[in-house]
Amino acid sequence: MTPTLANYLIASGLLFAIGLGGVMLRRSIIIIFMSLEMMLSAANLSLVAFSRYGLVAGHQNFDAQVLVFFIITVAAAEVAVGLAIIVSLYRARQTTHVEDLDTLKF
Amino acid sequence: MLLTAFWFFASLMILFALSVVLLRNPVSCAMSLVMCFISLAALFVTLDATFIGIIQVLVYAGAVMVLFLFIIMLLDLRAEKTRRLNFGATLGGSLVVAAFLAILVQVINADPALSKPLPTLPAQAPDVKMIGFTLFHSFGLPFEVVGVLLLSATAGVIVLSRKSLR
Repeated sequence: MTPTLANYLIASGLLFAIGLGGVMLRRSIIIIFMSLEMMLSAANLSLVAFSRYGLVAGHQNFDAQVLVFFIITVAAAEVAVGLAIIVSLYRARQTTHVEDLDTLKF
Repeated sequence: MLLTAFWFFASLMILFALSVVLLRNPVSCAMSLVMCFISLAALFVTLDATFIGIIQVLVYAGAVMVLFLFIIMLLDLRAEKTRRLNFGATLGGSLVVAAFLAILVQVINADPALSKPLPTLPAQAPDVKMIGFTLFHSFGLPFEVVGVLLLSATAGVIVLSRKSLR
């Protein structure tokens, strides 16, 4: 018995849904950022699963794995810039609580 | 064997993902996220994507999460105070998540092609070699663009973390 593609897609969807819930329910900007990373990894999981189940010429679809490689690179750059923004936000306001950061709220 | 590994690591991943969202202390959240990413890397290995699994451990569970822990400790974040929960936001958030999961399960169940067993690979597929080949033969330009992106991200972080922004 082997796991099916549907198993992996459900696991990936659950991870994405938990991340989405974290983004909407948590109020600390750092935790929201961590949940965002979780959603990004869930997308990576479904990409790798599709690459393994959709064979090209008897091999895995390596284009998908290269895409995952690029996504991980971009995510690392995004984390660096995002955390720098959070640090300068904290310097200006002394808080990381999203309800205290409402200057742009209409 | 593979099925057991899948269920073990998938449930471990979901468990730690839940504890990221539910725990109050930011440091425990970050450590749970590290464990979640390590289980995810194990899932990548069960999908015969060893290289991606290793990159996941090195970049995500290693570099990115160390950066997160560094910032959490630098800002000296305490456990979130239990403020009055915004009822509308909680209800709306749970509704959106439930609707997303319901639609996902429906779509996956509707397609019988998704429940076929794992296709067999040729013996000893050269994973890293093929990824390198694909990367440098078909994705040369994107590779260069990602290099420029990393450079501009570095410059952006240096500008953002100066004492006074001009």
